[in-house]
Amino acid sequence: MLHISVEKDLHGSSGRMTLSVNVDVDTGDFIVIMGESGAGKSTFLRILAGLESAEGRIICNDVVWLGEKKTVPVQQRNVGFVFQDYALFDNMSVKENLLFVNRDEALADELLEMMEIEKIAERNVTTLSGGQKQRVALARALMRRPKLLLMDEPLSALDPRMRRKLSTQIKALHERFGMTTLMISHDVSEAMALATRLWFIEEGNMKEYPLSMLDELYKEA
Amino acid sequence: MAFWEQIEWAPFLLSFKLAGLTATILFFVALPFAWFLSQSRSRFKPVLEAVTSLPIVLPPSVLGFYMLLLLSHNSPLGHFFEETFGIKLAFSFTGLVVASCFYSFPFMVQPLQSGFESLNPHMIEASYLAGKNTRTTLWKVALPNIKPSLLTAVIVTFAHTVGEFGVVLMVGGNIPHETRVASVAIYDLVEEMDYAQANIYAGVLLVFSFTVLLGVYLFNHRQKMRVGMM
Repeated sequence: MLHISVEKDLHGSSGRMTLSVNVDVDTGDFIVIMGESGAGKSTFLRILAGLESAEGRIICNDVVWLGEKKTVPVQQRNVGFVFQDYALFDNMSVKENLLFVNRDEALADELLEMMEIEKIAERNVTTLSGGQKQRVALARALMRRPKLLLMDEPLSALDPRMRRKLSTQIKALHERFGMTTLMISHDVSEAMALATRLWFIEEGNMKEYPLSMLDELYKEA
Repeated sequence: MAFWEQIEWAPFLLSFKLAGLTATILFFVALPFAWFLSQSRSRFKPVLEAVTSLPIVLPPSVLGFYMLLLLSHNSPLGHFFEETFGIKLAFSFTGLVVASCFYSFPFMVQPLQSGFESLNPHMIEASYLAGKNTRTTLWKVALPNIKPSLLTAVIVTFAHTVGEFGVVLMVGGNIPHETRVASVAIYDLVEEMDYAQANIYAGVLLVFSFTVLLGVYLFNHRQKMRVGMM
């Protein structure tokens, strides 16, 4: 579904390094990306979404997103993206945040219900708790029915109980909408609950590991 | 005769007309420019910022002098206006509007730019990810989230244009009902030793300026309290 081979020079916390990623993603994969902070995880997701430039190739379902000659702009890639800090539109209510993306009332209602936030649909988003905000952000990210969902540490700002609840909801969304999902996480149990594939990024280099590695990490912890 | 009937209000009306037009024009000109500056990572950004800020530090006489050169019928701009619209820019109200737009430009750009820069960049990116172009993002997401900066920019530009003197005098002179704005009228009255009238004019401008600034600060204070409570 997705072929990625990109390079980008980064000025990370440990000085200069080159982000180098050469991977293929299949439809329906749920890939959890782990690694030290500053290793280039966020930059990788941002390159995929079209928020940052890079050298190389990205091909999604036979469409060249990034090539030598052309770059498909972020608006036309139709990826769902969830930020760690929610990034909701503060001037709008919960439902308006969803409908701003796409005026599909039926889809908005379905997503509000799935995320159990239909009761706060009319509230202004600045009045919500962190967990509520991230559920709105998730629902909003799916309003264009993306085939690819990217999440940059979506749960790390939340308390453990909310994390468990949301990771169940993420799994349900991933399956219901038949998406391919890439999620950055630091949490081993979260990865165990969701991942069908596991990637580690070390100083800019992406490598795949078997899921059994999570069991070892869990025992160590 | 009542107090307000003794005063000739024409210079004030002219000042407010000038300020209203300037603030309106500048809003539409400065908005995309401020947005561009806030989002730009270009090496030339400091140069643009420095040029934008020039009217703040330049003596109004220097700015007025260049404005006069720019607006005279020998300059391309003056020539264009005279040929196309039959309008003389130097020593005319239209010329004052053009000069004020240059003079007050930084007062519109800077609050808008810092407002845009204070926004969470992810919020802007979320709009692009939603498929929205820059214009929709600017009008529907960025602007509604910087209301205090927006108000500051518009009101301060208006008030600053009302308070302008040196540039106006050099570019517009002192033609009643055309370029004789309130600040120039005060200067004129003092020259004529009519201190009583000058006092009233100055008082009106003082009260006006204070009221406007108080309004802006009260609004921004309330906005901050509201956000803080949430």
